[in-house]
Amino acid sequence: MEISILTICYLVGSISFILGLKMLSNPAKARTGNRIAALGMTIAILATIFLYRDEEGNRLHNHAWIFGGLLIGGIIGTLAAKKVKMTAMPEMVSLFNGMGGACAALISIVEYDHLVKPALKVLSYAEQNDTEFSFSIDLSTMPVIILGLIIGSISFAGSIIAWGKLNGKIKDFSFPGQHIANLTLLAIILALGVWLWFDPIAAPRFYLIFALAILYGVMFVLPIGGADMPVVISLLNSFTGVAAACGGFLYNNKAMLTGGILVGAAGTLLTILMCKAMNRSLKNVLIGSFGGASNGG
Amino acid sequence: MQNILEWFSLHEQYIYIVVLMIFLGIEVIGRVPAVLHTPLMSGANAIHGVVIIGAIIVMGKADTSNYLALALGFLAVVLGTLNVVGGFVVTDRMLEMFKKKK
Repeated sequence: MEISILTICYLVGSISFILGLKMLSNPAKARTGNRIAALGMTIAILATIFLYRDEEGNRLHNHAWIFGGLLIGGIIGTLAAKKVKMTAMPEMVSLFNGMGGACAALISIVEYDHLVKPALKVLSYAEQNDTEFSFSIDLSTMPVIILGLIIGSISFAGSIIAWGKLNGKIKDFSFPGQHIANLTLLAIILALGVWLWFDPIAAPRFYLIFALAILYGVMFVLPIGGADMPVVISLLNSFTGVAAACGGFLYNNKAMLTGGILVGAAGTLLTILMCKAMNRSLKNVLIGSFGGASNGG
Repeated sequence: MQNILEWFSLHEQYIYIVVLMIFLGIEVIGRVPAVLHTPLMSGANAIHGVVIIGAIIVMGKADTSNYLALALGFLAVVLGTLNVVGGFVVTDRMLEMFKKKK
């Protein structure tokens, strides 16, 4: 009974996201759309707290912690959003986007720890006692944990750099061959990720991927000019959407999945539309900095 | 290879949702006027804050003796809430400004 109500709440949430996004692209209805999406989100959050059951049918506990976190985040978020100057809004969006990315990465870290801990225990016991060992863990969620970690971390680091650039704290920085260095770094991250997928009991490699993804996020945004930042923020926004969708796979949660993928797809299109409005191509924005750097000397 | 195929058949429903949502996401904002680009970005930013649900589940499932999971889960809930609440409030303020200009 409760589970059915939870399912309906998630359905309501998903529909509100779609409707909200639809209305946000219409000047007359945009504000209502934003509020509908906010209402749907509230329903989904409250339903999760009170109605969620895991596979064994256990309810969630630690309610004090959850409400404490919601309260702190809610107060800081409201104050920050209310106080920020009109001109500083894009950088605020970037900062909030980074928080979402960090949230997705943290979920992956905790779930990985949860997943491999039993196996590590068995391994160390077997080594100490010099015995044969065997364990079986469900690794079907491994790809989404890794993907969520990589995309979330890139989005977090990139958004923080974009935020710093917009408020003038971080200057443009590029060196010759940075584009190739970045692509190499990304290839290494992906290769490590695939390796971890097939050989998951390797905590150091997991944290190495985390560190490299953060580094990639920084390197990816650093060379891009300040004027192109809104486009980059929009791109990182769609990244975070995909990272949230990974969480949807992880918890079999359709509200997270629809919300995440919807933002991922809409965000990608919006990025392209923003480029067009500025008479630039996405490729130009992402690698154009090299022309700029060499022109500048 | 076997793993990958198994994973696909295991998540069949979800893969359908992903494919449909990609098309829907593109379709739904296809005709957005340029003035609304930034508010739409901000609104979408708030919507992907739905990742907070994952953070709540992590937090709610954590053992009371597992301090790493408790601390990281708590941090995730705070950051996720910042994303959701801040995102919606900023979007609302942007749109308010938009109306005044008109």
